[in-house]
Amino acid sequence: MPTIVVEVMPKAELLDPQGKAIAGALARTGRGDFQVRQGKRFELSVEGQVTDELLAQVREIADDVLSNSVIEDVVNVRVLETAPEA
Amino acid sequence: MARIGVITFPGSLDERDAQRAIRLAGAEPVALWHGDHDLQGVDALVLPGGFSYGDYLRCGAISALSPIMTEVVTAANAGLPVLGICNGFQMLVEAHLLPGGLIRNDHGMFIRRDQALTVENTDTAWTNEFAQGDEIVIPLKNGEGGYIADAATLERLEGEGRVVFRYKGVNPNGSANDIAGVTNERGNVVGLMPHPEHAVEPGFGPNTRERMRSGVDGLRFFTSALQALQAV
Repeated sequence: MPTIVVEVMPKAELLDPQGKAIAGALARTGRGDFQVRQGKRFELSVEGQVTDELLAQVREIADDVLSNSVIEDVVNVRVLETAPEA
Repeated sequence: MARIGVITFPGSLDERDAQRAIRLAGAEPVALWHGDHDLQGVDALVLPGGFSYGDYLRCGAISALSPIMTEVVTAANAGLPVLGICNGFQMLVEAHLLPGGLIRNDHGMFIRRDQALTVENTDTAWTNEFAQGDEIVIPLKNGEGGYIADAATLERLEGEGRVVFRYKGVNPNGSANDIAGVTNERGNVVGLMPHPEHAVEPGFGPNTRERMRSGVDGLRFFTSALQALQAV
């Protein structure tokens, strides 16, 4: 079954308290000084072929439902490459 | 008697308190269910606080797609007074009835405190019994109450006087411009993070200078709605 991946990130200009907390923990435990931002990955699996029409539909879902454009950006919509069947 | 609906979503917590507040204000509360396509002819609506759908996806996002929200959006656009409290406020922004968005508190922690607010707009359906600049105290309790909007939206809200409540003394969650609550252009839809329904009855509200737990500043939200309905 093909899978379409949608990735959503908090807008770059907004504070990301989750990422900040993770960065703090990394620094505290001596793992390095990183800036961290935390986003979301959705996997939408469907029966049949991934057509351009279906991809357009998923892009619309990504914009309207999976993300809120006030606080987030959809950074990636792609078909997950799977190993060819033997 | 005016009938004010309170919608219960899966994971709502404060619908009983909202119903009680409505009763104490002198109106009849009507329990509504998110899965219905029916507002039962109510005169006003409250979207209560809670953690609907466990805050999955984004706070209020899945509830904003509930069956009854079709009717809520239509009624709100037609002028029905709608108050969104906490999770209800999050639903109103997700349903695009109010501008902006709400993100995790800047300090990363859940916060619960009796919060002072300044009332900055007394022309809305839910604030007409306040005076401009009134300071009120009602409980605040949330993890994702940071109000944000882009610069142009903030400028428009400020310019049009659509910031209804501003945090006073301390900004508890990193909200832009200390914004605690906003309204739509028409002034019938109001959303705020703090909880007026928890400050409506002596003995159960926030502390005041006079007496412990005697704060009832929240009651005027609901009596304001009755006033707005009478004025129609």
